Amino acid sequence: MNAVVADITYRAMLGRKRIWLLALLPAALIGMAALLRLIGGPDEHTAVTLMQTFSIGTMLPLLGLIAGTGVIAPEIEDGTIMHLLAKPISRPVIALTKFAVAASLVAVFGALSTFVAAFLLIRDESGVAYGFTLGALVGGVAYAAVFMLVGVLTRHAVTVGVIYALVWEGLVGGYVPGARSLSIQQWAQSIADRISSSAFLTSNVSLGFAVPAMIIVTVGALVWAGQRLRSLSLTGDE
Amino acid sequence: MTMTTTPTTTRHSVVELTQVSRWYGNVVAVNDVTMTIGPGVTGLLGPNGAGKSTLLHMMAGFLAPSGGSATLNGRRIWRNHEIYRLIGLVPEKEAVYGFLTGWQFVLSAARLHGLPSPADAATRALDLVEMSPAKDRRIETYSKGMRQRVKVAAALVHDPQVLLLDEPFNGMDPRQRLHLMDLVRQLGEAGRTILFSSHILEEVERVAQQIEVLVAGRHAASGNFREIRRRMTDRPHLFRVRSSDDRRLAAALIADASSSAVSLTDQGVEVQAVDFSRFTSLLPKLARDLDIHLWQVSPTDEDLESVFSYLISRSSA
Repeated sequence: MNAVVADITYRAMLGRKRIWLLALLPAALIGMAALLRLIGGPDEHTAVTLMQTFSIGTMLPLLGLIAGTGVIAPEIEDGTIMHLLAKPISRPVIALTKFAVAASLVAVFGALSTFVAAFLLIRDESGVAYGFTLGALVGGVAYAAVFMLVGVLTRHAVTVGVIYALVWEGLVGGYVPGARSLSIQQWAQSIADRISSSAFLTSNVSLGFAVPAMIIVTVGALVWAGQRLRSLSLTGDE
Repeated sequence: MTMTTTPTTTRHSVVELTQVSRWYGNVVAVNDVTMTIGPGVTGLLGPNGAGKSTLLHMMAGFLAPSGGSATLNGRRIWRNHEIYRLIGLVPEKEAVYGFLTGWQFVLSAARLHGLPSPADAATRALDLVEMSPAKDRRIETYSKGMRQRVKVAAALVHDPQVLLLDEPFNGMDPRQRLHLMDLVRQLGEAGRTILFSSHILEEVERVAQQIEVLVAGRHAASGNFREIRRRMTDRPHLFRVRSSDDRRLAAALIADASSSAVSLTDQGVEVQAVDFSRFTSLLPKLARDLDIHLWQVSPTDEDLESVFSYLISRSSA
């Protein structure tokens, strides 16, 4: 980990308009929870549905996409990353630091807002708030690693990321049983299910598969991104 | 203008390219280039699209050679982050972190290099490029020339033995340009190995002791600026001359050995001069002796492209 790389990356992510992108969906989640609380007594079923569909189903992959690609792809695109790469620092360390920044942002904006929203709805009933918070935290970390890898591999990171998040996770993962096993969203729900005792929450993937899969994907994406960064070709304007 | 004294260096570094090629699909950007860049200032000269940036990026470790090898002091450059302890790089791309101030940018470079006194090093580097007065402004408020100077400061912050600059004088006003030229010269005199690319001969001539000419990805010529200038001047020149009596002038010109071919066209006389200095002194003398008025004397192939084309045709002959 390198403090200077982290400092520049945080400034790039939080000091500009991107912070509003990061804050928008969590604000919407908390706003919806507050609204449901105001208009009538929200039940456990409503809370679980909101967490499943919006928090983990929509917000988390999009936050992972914004943070994961945002920490590196724009810098590769405009060439500013040369400032970091032309230094005697190992490229995997740069990748690891950028991942840590992305993961921390997803944790703060994703997991924290999930907890606040769930707690606002049903307090700590059946451990739903704790379950989804941990699920969002672990899932967010995996998303950050995968999308940072996409940001290093392709100049079309956002397009690829949106297709993955919406088509694979949202569509294919929702309807094709086999594909659910290969979905970060499903792994996050499996962790939430383990912590929560709610009868409304059932996961399609076992914890015994979800946790190792999550670790393998996160570590694999980080190693790949570090190696890819070592061989990154940057050219001039010619 | 006050010049800050540049630090002296004792170790000499050598960048070596051996039969280096780089291609993108079927397009060859750099073709079988062998050159050694030693201490002092070397100018990499060539027209736009000649492959200068590609070559420089291979020397900087940002591009893998498709063939051949690029080394610094015998150590492979590609995928070797340790070489950046010796290299300072000023890329052509203007993009820098606009949200940082000049001070933060250069200080971050010093800290990324792990220097023992990063603040002192950043102060020294900003002084060198005369950017201290503007150091607390965000880079996004800088002019193109100021951005260029702050990039140079960041590249110099660790006092590198090798400095690679891609079109460094672009966007600078004349005063800034002269100042950076002075700085580059001083660094070269202090024994650093400096390579900068440019497509402007006069720019290279003013700063570099050694010139490497790249044309269409090929190493077309190499030498000191006098040698390169002589080869550029001694090439056959094509002139178009309009006068009060084209026919008589053509007959007089073809009788002299300074011209290899003379033809009459609708636009006047076209002369292929093989001895540039003799032809340019002969023409007014002939006109005076024959009482012919010269309306127009214009070179038709003075653009850099044709000069470079000539050099490469000579190098491949």
